[in-house]
Amino acid sequence: MSTVVVPAPLVETPWRRFRRQFAESRLALIGLALLVVIVAIALLAPWIAPQNPYDLAKLDLLDARLPPGATAADGMTYWLGTDGQGRDMFSAIIYGLRVSLYVGIASGVIALTLGAVIGVLAAYLGGRFEQIVMRIVDIQLGFPAILVALILLAVLGKGVDKIIIALVTVQWAYYARTARSAALVERHKEYIEAARALGLGAWRIVLRHLLPNSLPPLIVVGTVQVAHAIALEATLSFLGLGLPPTEPSLGLLIANGYEVLMSGKYWISVYPGVALLLTILAINLVGDQLRDVLNPRLSR
Amino acid sequence: MTVFVLRRLAQTLLVLLITSVLVFGGLFMIGDPVEILVNPSADQIEKDRATKALGLDKPLHEQYVGFLRGALSGNLGNSFVYARPALEVIFERMPATLELAFLAMVIAVVLGIPLGLYAGLRPHSPLAKTIMAGSILGFSLPTFWVGLILILVFAVTLGWLPSTGRGPTTNVFGLQLSIFNWDGLRYALLPAINLALFKLSLIIRLTRAQVREQSLLDYIKFARAKGLSNTRVIGVHLLKNILIPLVTVVGLELGSVIAFAVVTETIFAWPGMGKLVIDSIFQLDRPVVVAYLLVVVFMFILINLVVDILYSVLDPRVRLSEVKG
Repeated sequence: MSTVVVPAPLVETPWRRFRRQFAESRLALIGLALLVVIVAIALLAPWIAPQNPYDLAKLDLLDARLPPGATAADGMTYWLGTDGQGRDMFSAIIYGLRVSLYVGIASGVIALTLGAVIGVLAAYLGGRFEQIVMRIVDIQLGFPAILVALILLAVLGKGVDKIIIALVTVQWAYYARTARSAALVERHKEYIEAARALGLGAWRIVLRHLLPNSLPPLIVVGTVQVAHAIALEATLSFLGLGLPPTEPSLGLLIANGYEVLMSGKYWISVYPGVALLLTILAINLVGDQLRDVLNPRLSR
Repeated sequence: MTVFVLRRLAQTLLVLLITSVLVFGGLFMIGDPVEILVNPSADQIEKDRATKALGLDKPLHEQYVGFLRGALSGNLGNSFVYARPALEVIFERMPATLELAFLAMVIAVVLGIPLGLYAGLRPHSPLAKTIMAGSILGFSLPTFWVGLILILVFAVTLGWLPSTGRGPTTNVFGLQLSIFNWDGLRYALLPAINLALFKLSLIIRLTRAQVREQSLLDYIKFARAKGLSNTRVIGVHLLKNILIPLVTVVGLELGSVIAFAVVTETIFAWPGMGKLVIDSIFQLDRPVVVAYLLVVVFMFILINLVVDILYSVLDPRVRLSEVKG
């Protein structure tokens, strides 16, 4: 299975061309830079955050709901204000970003692996298996993701593992459909025939030949889907169906501020939302350009 | 055509059956609704009586068979919380959700198609680039957060529009609708805009992509070569052809708007069926959750069917007998 995540081995020339075409859009470059910064912040959270938001001993209830720029009793400045428990919003956002990214990427990678293998297998094997798989995919894609996730979480309950299960269930079908159509094109090419003529086994052909060559469209779907997954997780957490309050993602932080929004205490909801927006925007900008570059129909 | 519809209906029944088994089984494994429903100081005898009254003392498969038997006669069980038929509770809330979804879709289509047309016809103009950048933003903005910002700006700061609840309703053909009087419309505006934003971006992008693809085709060149006016080429020839995929997407998205209303209704305290199902999930009101899902799944399948039929009417090249039912 681990072979799946390894990117297709690219010869240098296509890689250079890819880089040049990608850099043609300034917006995409800005998105990429933003994404790198966001991922770095999330990875380095314990070293960057001024406060450990999970350490309840460090929180002072007297500091609850301070506006941005207020100073704590110990002299620390709350640049983005504090939430209802006296937690520094800036630190909470950094840690929340970590949770949101982790959930989005983990579910994306699992769903891509699962969907790609099933989709390519369906294209390669054809027949009954393909019919059944594609029918399930069709039916599932007929329903909006939020509805499927809502049902699942109502049944499963709260937790990081549970929301990942829900997001994988929602997403695998997109990957399976994309992988199948990509593999159907690749299947009739000569190198697959050559591999068959060599007497290679079905699994080897699927995993080592078909899958790597079907990757480009999957990468495009993958970037968009990770952004979707992050937004969906935030939405579900906002509704109170996603993550437990012990590991607040950005969605949960926004939900916490919702109750005091009407009284004008905007910062508890607005700043985590800005972080969420920038993350999704950065991924979408990169994904948009990737689609243009990797789409053979638009090749210039 | 008839075969196609019949096959789809058979498939619908199968999907409904599977959904009901999954949801019924799943929901009935979690929590004990009695704990939530009875008075906290109730003793065991009282709790047992409540359990028996709700039929929760029977084994799961017996409960399910009872549910199915009721379902065949159009009764999906009584709500635990409202002590009334679950379907009745849902149908009562349905007009509120539907009017919100329609209003949102109208906003998205009325704004989206002209903007997308412009962006597709003049792709290099600054305005087109602004429109496209805006649509990426619209794609990236999480719906629930936009809702909060709308409340913050238009209700809390500016005080222009009300932020929670539904306005006064008027009776339209027996339905209680609020968007046909000015005061009611004011209440519906913020939630509808919130719900429309994502679809608006989608329609802009789709229209633009279609325009760019179609305007390179021979029939457009031919129409221009015939010396037809620009308005006619765009308004008649081009628009007719880009409408085909648009109708499909708009139709399918109508369903997703109804599903996404769950989020918007929660934020704006809009008394539709989306808010109802979220409340019911937390109150462990299982019959309402099951009934809601079955109703929505049914609506979805119906919408998909109508879209498929419409598609074949709009595009004579598509024959339903060839579409896999």
